[in-house]
Amino acid sequence: MTAQNTELPLIGDYSTAGPVLTGARIGVVTFPGTLDDRDAARAVRLAGGEAVPLWHAEPDGAAALSSLDAVIIPGGFSYGDYLRAGAIARFAPLMDAIIAAAGGTAGNDAGLGGSAAGLPVLGICNGFQILTESHLLPGSMIKNESLKFLCQDQVLRVENNATAWTREFSAGEEITVPLKNQDGQYVADEKTLDRLEGEGLVTFRYVGGNPNGSRRDIAGITNAAGNVVGLMPHPEHAVEPGFGPDSAAGMRLGTDGLGIFTSVVASIAGGAQ
Amino acid sequence: MPTIVVDVMPKPEILDPQGKAIAGALPRLGFTGFASVRQGRRFELTVDGEVTEDVLAQARKAAEELLSNPVIEDVVNVAVLTESAQNESQSA
Repeated sequence: MTAQNTELPLIGDYSTAGPVLTGARIGVVTFPGTLDDRDAARAVRLAGGEAVPLWHAEPDGAAALSSLDAVIIPGGFSYGDYLRAGAIARFAPLMDAIIAAAGGTAGNDAGLGGSAAGLPVLGICNGFQILTESHLLPGSMIKNESLKFLCQDQVLRVENNATAWTREFSAGEEITVPLKNQDGQYVADEKTLDRLEGEGLVTFRYVGGNPNGSRRDIAGITNAAGNVVGLMPHPEHAVEPGFGPDSAAGMRLGTDGLGIFTSVVASIAGGAQ
Repeated sequence: MPTIVVDVMPKPEILDPQGKAIAGALPRLGFTGFASVRQGRRFELTVDGEVTEDVLAQARKAAEELLSNPVIEDVVNVAVLTESAQNESQSA
């Protein structure tokens, strides 16, 4: 156990990874109730990046982010989903710094300053909910139409491969990753949905049936700059043969989710920053 | 201590899956007089001291910024709970 782990028993020690293949340093945020931070960190490492743990109560968020090339807000049930999924996490000290670094306005209001480059930020599941609560992405999430918690392999179509998190995919490519959520029904007003469609901001769409009632089969969206992406299904659970969804190659061999993480590593290496 | 009540409801145009499930359960228990149900939430903010205009303004702001998400919900009521209503709810 490192000293850090003694102080913060809930946060993972990601330093025992193998060799780092690129210089990409990607922060993985842990809130109380976050579940998938270790899987997200593992996905980062498998994609050749270095995963850096970020604690939600980090006293100097801006400083912590300054040495990072990207940030992932993983899935789970931050603050037990109390009030609304992601609503309390949005007001965690670290979030204002992330909002500012991503190019949002809420952080600027807090006097943290914004980053012109726009830090790549990925929100997965509960992370996506936090990004909508933070107004980095439009719309919101309500309970699945079926009211059932869903856990299944899900086919998605990559609708926009121009974002920091999807550039390694080809446009229209279909990928299979796990979907597991309670509040996964994406909703927004018609005007917002039309704008998302018109500007090509719908990044992932459900294929083979809409699992949760999301408007226009939307599974993931991006902001206009393409640095912020939110998606409901879990690419970090489809990065290693033997532990992923079933694929044509065999049982649990699917690794389609890895492309999300290699995309951001490539974006960083390619000087998109 | 004085209490401010905040009521939040899902927007009319947003489907309310929970309300729909409750509406389905009512007739099974013999409550057949209801066409539909919508489920919202009520917050009770206890005030340490007097309910001034400033405190009420804070409650309204909190209702808009934290207690509700304007994308999917409306704040339908922010009001001071009167003594009599308080006693009633305690004896009920």
